Amino acid sequence: MNIHEYQAKEILRANGIPVPPGEVATTPEEAVALAEKYGGTVVVKAQVHSGGRGKAGGVKLATTTAEVREHAEKILGMTISGLKVEKILITPAEDIDTEAYVGILIDRGSQAATFIVSAEGGIDIEEVAHTDPDAIRKLTVDSHYGLMGHQAYWLANSLYGEPGLVKQAAKIIRQLYDAFTSSGASMIEINPLITTRSGEVKAIDAKMSIDDSELFRHPELVGYRDLSAEPAAETKAREAALSYVKLDGNVGCCVNGAGLAMATMDLVKYYGGEPANFLDIGGSSNPEKVVSALEIITSDSNVKVILFNIFGGITRGDDVARGIVEATRRIDIEVPIVIRLTGTNEKEGLDILGEAGLSAFSSMDEVVERAVEIVNAG
Amino acid sequence: MAILVDENTKLVVQGITGRDGFFHTVQMMEYGTAVVAGVTPGKGGQAFEGPGGERVPIFNSMDEAVSETGANTSAVYVPPAFAASAVEEAADAGVSLIVAITEGVPVQDMARAHAFARDHGARVLGPNCPGVISPGKAKVGIIPGNIVTPGPVGVISRSGTLTYEAVIHLTNAGIGQTTCVGIGGDPLIGTNFVDALEAFAGDAETEAIVMIGEIGGTDEQEAAQWVSEHLKIPVVGFIAGQTAPPGRRMGHAGAIVSGSSGTAEEKMKTFEENGIAVAERPADIVDLIQGALFV
Repeated sequence: MNIHEYQAKEILRANGIPVPPGEVATTPEEAVALAEKYGGTVVVKAQVHSGGRGKAGGVKLATTTAEVREHAEKILGMTISGLKVEKILITPAEDIDTEAYVGILIDRGSQAATFIVSAEGGIDIEEVAHTDPDAIRKLTVDSHYGLMGHQAYWLANSLYGEPGLVKQAAKIIRQLYDAFTSSGASMIEINPLITTRSGEVKAIDAKMSIDDSELFRHPELVGYRDLSAEPAAETKAREAALSYVKLDGNVGCCVNGAGLAMATMDLVKYYGGEPANFLDIGGSSNPEKVVSALEIITSDSNVKVILFNIFGGITRGDDVARGIVEATRRIDIEVPIVIRLTGTNEKEGLDILGEAGLSAFSSMDEVVERAVEIVNAG
Repeated sequence: MAILVDENTKLVVQGITGRDGFFHTVQMMEYGTAVVAGVTPGKGGQAFEGPGGERVPIFNSMDEAVSETGANTSAVYVPPAFAASAVEEAADAGVSLIVAITEGVPVQDMARAHAFARDHGARVLGPNCPGVISPGKAKVGIIPGNIVTPGPVGVISRSGTLTYEAVIHLTNAGIGQTTCVGIGGDPLIGTNFVDALEAFAGDAETEAIVMIGEIGGTDEQEAAQWVSEHLKIPVVGFIAGQTAPPGRRMGHAGAIVSGSSGTAEEKMKTFEENGIAVAERPADIVDLIQGALFV
């Protein structure tokens, strides 16, 4: 789960990291009131789950209330990477001297929390890694010991020469590690970590992802999920414990298992069609889940055919068949449904479908070819 | 021969009285796996009744289960909040293979559990994996027993049902398997492609390998490199997720293209560059394996 900059900053602040004040506005009036409260120059920052906000015109300096209003009016409602800006962060502008990068994530290779820091901040770190790998210092934290004090200093030493700044940065790095472990994050990025002309080190932008599997432990973070940032169908899918990702095609896919679901989408493309979605109904699916899945797929008006690809393992063919029959009774499905059903309880499933006048293919290639044929015919 | 599990496997099921643990213990016993113990804290002293009326003793802890029964392998079916702890307990009790089926285990929990298992010399398979089956010998996990048949092909996959899809094509074409291993769809897994390939390389009966990967991470690329440097037998590969958009998690927690890294295209290209024949569709795996086996 990605969270917004202002939410990530709340977590960093709670862990003691120096972060300038800032609050969120949803209207130009609120923005002006906040700017007046802070006084002086402020930054108006779009809160969307996307990089490149600055380039898209979503981050602006404002020296007067008239400018605050003007920028707020422009940024609220603007679209960045397909996401509508509903909130802006108003924060006092800082007197920036230098910009560095400090990030921590779970590295797949070393299977441990890993810091990546660079004195070259404020820009895309992947680009730095590519063009100037020597400008990056990496440290894998040994989970036996946690982050040790001298390691935090080793990282901080690569950012600054001035001992006062190194000391502040080392403290921030330790606090960042605490924030990372205590919130169940999978990634936190401070970019940039600035120094001011008066010699202070501060985090002025932050990006953070929480591991979805940790959320049961952090009820206080569940409210950070921004429902406006995800399509309604994806919210509904999540609530029904289905994995769903909307795509641009017209072949609606309903599959059990993530790998098979991806392979089904790929096969649709192979036979000349375009998948409308990724949808994994998961294991041990009950008929209700199948009904929800069909409601979600049919809510996409692009869908011209619905393709089921079910290979029973934990998922039982009769459960899925019951769900399909139940859904066709309850919802008005106007597009054809093609089904492939094999594996656990295949025979029982086929009998249930047969009684309802539906039939099924036994191979994945056949059912996908048929689905694409239907779309192309009509 | 086979890898990871065979007729010498003595299995303890962690979470044997839970819904999934119960169901799959019956399935594993029906397949012929020697299930010697179960663990559910608080239910020690009870017994689990197998499909043939066998009585499998239940213990409160892994320590008791292993010292009483000599179990050498464990299967973890406990809920996500306790799964990493179950893996650690199994490693501490001294089993050599821990198959973690549970999906949705917190990643930071697993970082610690993997480190602990490594330090105790235990191999972890998963989490979020379908387990492993050596046809005709033993199965640990949830792979349906009726889709496999003994033979010369080793199968390694990150996915569950996609593995079944590939394996059923092989079985229907009369091509059997030594072992089918599901390594799991999480970002941190205990046994990766290279580890599984190494195990197959040491198995004299495995004459060819099918590797089924997906988007996300660089495990497949590293495996391809390893294949070209170390492996003497042919490998056929398939990658799922060619149509997956970047930045979106496709079901599996590990299946996400970050930036330009971990795409299906990149993985397929690395396969080809390292002499791995790439199947365009799951059905094409059969022809490629036949070509590799019978040249």
